[in-house]
Amino acid sequence: MQAPLARLKRPSALYRMLGDRVFVVVVTLLALGIVALSLGLGYYLYLGGAQAIERFGFWGFLTGTTWDPALKEEFGAWPYLVGTLLTSFCALFLSLFPAIAAAIYAAEYAPKWLVGIINYLVDLMAAVPSVVYGIWGIFVLAPFLRENLFLPAYLWTAEHAPGILPYLGNPSGYGFFTAVVILASMIIPYTTALARDAISLVPQAQREAAYALGATRWEVMRLAMLPYARGGILAGVILALGRALGETMAVAMVIGNTNIMLKLLGIPLLYPLFGPATTMPSVIALEFKEAVTDIHLSSLIALGFYLFLVAFVVNLLASYLINVFKVGGQRA
Amino acid sequence: MIRPEVKTTSGNVHEELPLRMETRGLSVFYGKKAGVREVSLPIYNNRVTALIGPSGCGKTTFLRALNRMHDLTPIARVTGEALLDGQNIYERGVDPVEIRRRVGMVFQKPNPFPTLSVYDNVVSGLKLVGIRHKGLLDEAVERSLTQAALWDEVKDRLRAPSMSLSGGQQQRLCIARALAVQPEVLLMDEPTSALDPISTQSIEDLMSELKKHVTIVIVTHNMQQAARVSDFTGYFLTGELVEFGPTNQIFTNPKDPRTEAYITGRFG
Ligand SMILES: Nc1ncnc2c1ncn2[C@@H]1O[C@H](COP(=O)(O)OP(=O)(O)O)[C@@H](O)[C@H]1O
Ligand SMILES: [Mg+2]
Repeated sequence: MQAPLARLKRPSALYRMLGDRVFVVVVTLLALGIVALSLGLGYYLYLGGAQAIERFGFWGFLTGTTWDPALKEEFGAWPYLVGTLLTSFCALFLSLFPAIAAAIYAAEYAPKWLVGIINYLVDLMAAVPSVVYGIWGIFVLAPFLRENLFLPAYLWTAEHAPGILPYLGNPSGYGFFTAVVILASMIIPYTTALARDAISLVPQAQREAAYALGATRWEVMRLAMLPYARGGILAGVILALGRALGETMAVAMVIGNTNIMLKLLGIPLLYPLFGPATTMPSVIALEFKEAVTDIHLSSLIALGFYLFLVAFVVNLLASYLINVFKVGGQRA
Repeated sequence: MIRPEVKTTSGNVHEELPLRMETRGLSVFYGKKAGVREVSLPIYNNRVTALIGPSGCGKTTFLRALNRMHDLTPIARVTGEALLDGQNIYERGVDPVEIRRRVGMVFQKPNPFPTLSVYDNVVSGLKLVGIRHKGLLDEAVERSLTQAALWDEVKDRLRAPSMSLSGGQQQRLCIARALAVQPEVLLMDEPTSALDPISTQSIEDLMSELKKHVTIVIVTHNMQQAARVSDFTGYFLTGELVEFGPTNQIFTNPKDPRTEAYITGRFG
């Protein structure tokens, strides 16, 4: 093995120096390009939405509850913002337990042959285009939920507690809850994959520390593995949240797209549980091609700008939290 | 209890000492390859037993067989017997979790739980057995940290993160964590090999006090350490126990020429 290596001619010093320079320049330019791209994106979204933001005010647009392109030409982001945040966080909440359970199972309990299958399916689920989830939602999930959950719950409530019917909303199958379930099933693979990787990266020494104290398998998980992996698990959760916040197609297909909210203490804060709702991405996708007035178009772009800000804040918060919670990188 | 057959090279001089553990024909296989072969060794109560030998001779493998840690290594298989208070821990129906509560372990590299405070590290084993009473936990923390010679250094920062301690303190924290559940036996696998001389000194110092409460088996590659801290020494070579006896005798008057070669080679 020595001889061929020795025979290789070392490149000349000039060549190496130039190569180094070029590499540094290329990498720097690419990195700056990414920064410029994201700043540029935010800036042009702002420019596009400026007309709406100037007319209704930064906070006025954010908290405005009317969205009327036809008569009053008045626009407000509030119902869409609330819809986006509510569906995303509910989906996150709903997906968390199954995702972490699946990750724990795949990382620690499943036999080897099954781990391969689980990992493959998880990756597959993450790669399925969202319109496919949407179709599944329309044809399978929505009718299923309507027959087995919404209608029975609605009828029971109508008989026993008619006062809270408005909070349930129209049990057509297309609405808030269905969207949450779709979103949850779309983000489960993200959380699962990252949590699984984080768990399998926990050093053997940590497991052994817990086993040597007389911990059972589950206690090892609770005492040593999950706390150590919490940074990675959190990263998965945040990635999933990011995906949920921006998810468009599947949600638009099943959520019913209505911006009529329920009031809580006089403030519009909720959507009916089963009834139709809406989100920022879905209204942008649905109304963009039929927006004829400038202010309507500008308002849609402004929605995009606010969505950008939400994503920005979530990511900022995320990297802060991950830093606080991560364990690796410390002296160990 | 069955009368142990102690086949030691030192004869039956120590027959009157009570046994805490004993192995009989204990072998550990990694796949087809043996890590240790047919080891029969007594572990006397409230004594320090040192296991010495060149790297790769099976010291760690033997030690991990004493609290069923090999259960966690899929390819490892143990044959023969390891008795704890006369009961074979590999017998069908014995709960390994229970065995590990009675036979604690300290590892080569300090491995405190990094997300937990000093205090919570010490009580982690107690919480596993359902002890929640604050008074009891406080008491156990002070007792175990004192036994591990760490109390004075950390008593004012029990709530500090465990990773804020120095390497030597972390290892003593791990000793305290193992002691908190009051094990009968404490297994230590080269506990000072990752530490500076001062930390090593403090851990060696605490062992003579510690053995009043717990039976200790310590693996070390440092023969001076074995000579300083142990009462009995076993010399391993390529997976076999070559010689076992009182530390004094092993170091001054080894019976086996291979032991003698190792000892003199090392002490030079
Ligand atoms: N997990 C394992 N899988 C396979 N072989 C192992 C494993 N652990 C140890 N061995 C082998 O068993 C032998 C004894 O190793 P070990 O007990 O670690 O020795 P020591 O602690 O005395 O240095 C070595 O040959 C080592 O390669
Ligand atoms: Mg070793």
